Amino acid sequence: MSSSSLRSSTPADALSVSIRELSRRFGDRVVLNELSLEIAAGEIVALIGPSGCGKSTLLRHIGGLDSPTGGSIAIGGAPVTGLDARSAIAFQEPRLLPWRSITRNVEVGLPRGKRTSADRDRVAELLELVKLSSSAHLRPREISGGMAQRVSLARALARRPGVLLLDEPFGALDALTRLSMQDLLLDLHAAEPATIVIVTHDVDEALYLADRVILLGAIDPTESAAQASIRSTVVVPGLRPRDRGSGDLAELRAELLEGLGVPTHHLSAR
Amino acid sequence: MSLNSGTPVLERPLVDDATGAPVPVTSEPRPRRRWVRATVLGAVIPIAVIVLWQAIATSGLVPSYRLPTPLSVWAAGVDLYERGVLYQHIAISTQRVLLGFGIGAIVGLALASIVGLSARASELFAPTLGALRAVPSLAWVPLLGLYLGLNEDSKVALVAIGAFFPVYTTVAPALRHVDAHLVELGRSYGYSGPALLSLVQLPAVVPAVISSLRLALAQAWLFLVAGELLGASLGLGFLLVDSQQNGRIDRLFLTIILLGILGKGTDSAVGLLERFLLKRWGS
Repeated sequence: MSSSSLRSSTPADALSVSIRELSRRFGDRVVLNELSLEIAAGEIVALIGPSGCGKSTLLRHIGGLDSPTGGSIAIGGAPVTGLDARSAIAFQEPRLLPWRSITRNVEVGLPRGKRTSADRDRVAELLELVKLSSSAHLRPREISGGMAQRVSLARALARRPGVLLLDEPFGALDALTRLSMQDLLLDLHAAEPATIVIVTHDVDEALYLADRVILLGAIDPTESAAQASIRSTVVVPGLRPRDRGSGDLAELRAELLEGLGVPTHHLSAR
Repeated sequence: MSLNSGTPVLERPLVDDATGAPVPVTSEPRPRRRWVRATVLGAVIPIAVIVLWQAIATSGLVPSYRLPTPLSVWAAGVDLYERGVLYQHIAISTQRVLLGFGIGAIVGLALASIVGLSARASELFAPTLGALRAVPSLAWVPLLGLYLGLNEDSKVALVAIGAFFPVYTTVAPALRHVDAHLVELGRSYGYSGPALLSLVQLPAVVPAVISSLRLALAQAWLFLVAGELLGASLGLGFLLVDSQQNGRIDRLFLTIILLGILGKGTDSAVGLLERFLLKRWGS
């Protein structure tokens, strides 16, 4: 896509994320167990793991929506101590306000305060970026699920976040829409290079989008799926856009699926 | 039904540009035609009732001291109007309803906001308000009469009690059950306190507020008549008692019809407000 018109605005700088020995308990249940992870500025990192392994909990901690019982998180070197304007989150459900138009929903992401003409330009620019300019006046009930997720992405980008947190953003979409949303996300990343942390169930999605794929889960297999730490990290080779059918990715895909406990019957070429 | 067969489709169906699938756009008949049709259809039953009523009243099946003719009811109205009292009865009753409704609705909204938004306030107030709500409306009349006297204050207070509870009991749970996902969304984008309230919670409960106001208005008329039946020298409730004691069945019918018209009129006014607000805040 053409992004020449978009370079006029100054995107915020991507920020690094540094997670040190992060722990989170809910009562007796340990969800995150001394998890450490360094994410470079501008990197795309995918978190995968079985259901209930603490992927979303980790993401919510980075966004300051939840506070840890131990350890610390820093964005761009400065600690996260609560809701943080340096990051923006897009949830699995689009969470649009049904009584507001698409434009006014994207405005929710802008920093609070009086709306200026620069704000209006910014919203118009984001709607163009997610290809929704012609639907700007519609209400959420009048648009499809894929369009709603694009509104949610535009809203998150409206605050010019240094870190964009995506919690299974395409999980509820049909397979074809999901593929086009993945390409859109890469376009967005090229136009507004934030650091992206994406939680997903979809191994193919993780391999297509991410620089690194982090497999979360209990290190000791006798433990429950909870008590999550990092089980393995996969550095995805090649530059984006990647060939979805590449043989290298097929190897990694098999490796990750085995890690998730899914037998792949994959005959290794090695 | 061929009323809307000639209506052209004004809007092109929208197309989802991600999937190419058309997004259905509901086509409705033009508003003016719909309005005419609704008026005509809505008038069918009242006209049929009046015709039937006239037929029964003039057939001699029912004696006239039990069933007046529509015309004699009309004449009773004209008579009261010419004496200058009809307007007084209507005006004082309407004033009591509107004042009491306004007070009850405002207090109801205020308490509902407190109870709906704060779990602690809910634990503090909800049981007491629930018990007060269980007290039958008429039980308040003697007490209000003693405290406030048999004057305007006691009647307005009774109407306010009547209007308060529908607003409180509808809006408080609506506020408590605003989609937690949307509240979290607002918080994650830096909204809190009054800003969060006006971003998420208040717009989310607009439909509940409106329907509670309509209920409250109906309840206000109910409590008005209850109050006026039991002690008033003016007003439609008084006119009912007075007519019963004097055997003026024509005036009884007149008053009942007037109450129906006034109640429906004020309800339609809230309905207009509803249409305006739902256009702005509806989903």
